[in-house]
Amino acid sequence: MTRPDASAPARTWRKPPFIANPWLRYGLWLVLVVYLVWALGTLPFNWERISEGLPRAARIFGGGFPPSFERGGLLLTGFKESFQIAILATLLGVALSIPFAVMAARNVAPLPVYLFGRAVIIVSRSFHPVIVAILFVAAVGFGPLAGILTLTLYSIGFVGKLLAEEIEEIDWGQVEAMKATGAGYFAILIYAVFPQILPRQVGLSMYQLDSNLRASAVVGIVGAGGIGGTLMNAFGRYDYDFAFAILLTIIAVILISEGISGWVRKKIW
Amino acid sequence: MLEISNLVKRYGHDEAVLKGLDLTVEGNSVVAIVGASGAGKSTMLRCINRLVEPTSGSIKLNGNELVKLRGAALRRARRKIGMVFQGFNLIDRLTVMENVLAGRLGYVSLYQAISRRYPPADIERAFSLMERVGIAHYANKRADELSGGERQRVGVVRALMQEPEVLLADEPTASLDPRTSEQIMILLQSLASELSLPVLINIHNVSQAKTYTERIVGLRHGKMIFDGAPSDFNQDALDAIYGGIEAPEEEVAEVPPTAEGVSHDQA
Repeated sequence: MTRPDASAPARTWRKPPFIANPWLRYGLWLVLVVYLVWALGTLPFNWERISEGLPRAARIFGGGFPPSFERGGLLLTGFKESFQIAILATLLGVALSIPFAVMAARNVAPLPVYLFGRAVIIVSRSFHPVIVAILFVAAVGFGPLAGILTLTLYSIGFVGKLLAEEIEEIDWGQVEAMKATGAGYFAILIYAVFPQILPRQVGLSMYQLDSNLRASAVVGIVGAGGIGGTLMNAFGRYDYDFAFAILLTIIAVILISEGISGWVRKKIW
Repeated sequence: MLEISNLVKRYGHDEAVLKGLDLTVEGNSVVAIVGASGAGKSTMLRCINRLVEPTSGSIKLNGNELVKLRGAALRRARRKIGMVFQGFNLIDRLTVMENVLAGRLGYVSLYQAISRRYPPADIERAFSLMERVGIAHYANKRADELSGGERQRVGVVRALMQEPEVLLADEPTASLDPRTSEQIMILLQSLASELSLPVLINIHNVSQAKTYTERIVGLRHGKMIFDGAPSDFNQDALDAIYGGIEAPEEEVAEVPPTAEGVSHDQA
């Protein structure tokens, strides 16, 4: 170690800026400020209506306390239907996502099949479940069938995409080994591909069940059955205390299902 | 008998990896293929079972032309060509028995493969081969629980389950420690004579090649530049194959293979 030289000025260091060009750096800030002023200035906020609404919101919240579990039967029926929808849709969606994932994986599917598989997954992922639910309610009518179809499609899109990416990253050596034995295409899939993606598949299914349970409450609002419908009715009848009871139960159920699925996924990994 | 003639392989528009290779392997001889990385050893082996498509040339196994085969005919031909890999390429999450039985996938129906209902003869063959290499007690263990040497034995048994007419080994010992790799070389050597099976072994370790094989083929830049008995493989041949390329210092492991290897062979 050398002694610090008292005569030399202390050396300083500053972290180099993320964007080196100062014009660009300050220009971006300016653009952001201009945008915010423009957006807030031109979007039609009706301040009068908002100030009227605040006491109304307070009244709704006030009416919600204490939450009432008096109509527990209705609550139970709604949740039972939501669970049925979520579990059925998960089973269907996960089962169907496997063939679509295989089709959408470039390393195991020929180009035309790959494009078809990708297209199916992209289409089923491009709309939020609520929009899909509106379409299915229009097509098959109010009730749980619309919910099941919606969430099945949603599951195919999500699980199919992630599974396809998983297939594209498998250890190709195992596939080569099975090819070398003279195995056919499907035997290779079953022996060399599926065992490699199995843990991921189970983890995704657990996550999807969790996610479908959440989504089943939302799609119920547009008439696709389940607890969402019960919630909508409660609001419609100004039954705020019952609506709050439903909301609290949804939170509790989601917390529990998240805990369980997290635990299962950790066990499987 | 395996006859390779004028084999050419070119990836895309690059310089050819194999430039008109000729090689004939007869009977139950063990042939070592040596050469620097990139000399085309692995490509040549993979052309034989068509994991790599040859650009031109001819490969005949017992008179059957392999290069032009497609679809089911190709799969039928592959059944007769066993392959052992450097990285073992076992199905890690399946049991040892499932991995071994996978060698029969070319023979059984899809239903039998999915339900694991293999014919009793296959299961009998699996057990006797596993006993032969000393892994029968692992039948129900997951393949990824085994050590490297044990896993390569599973790989060898899987290849032998195919009732192959030729065995290809692509750097079968490169992932193993010196002592274990000696054992695998001894195993391949003795299996070749027991099953009267020609064996082609790609190998980096020249001293192992000289010790355990009957014939050495040297490749450089996609051409055969040495073909002869291990006793003829001298310093000149080594320089010709690795010349200008730094040859790794490789020796046969200090431990003599007798104790472990021989007792194992009797197992």
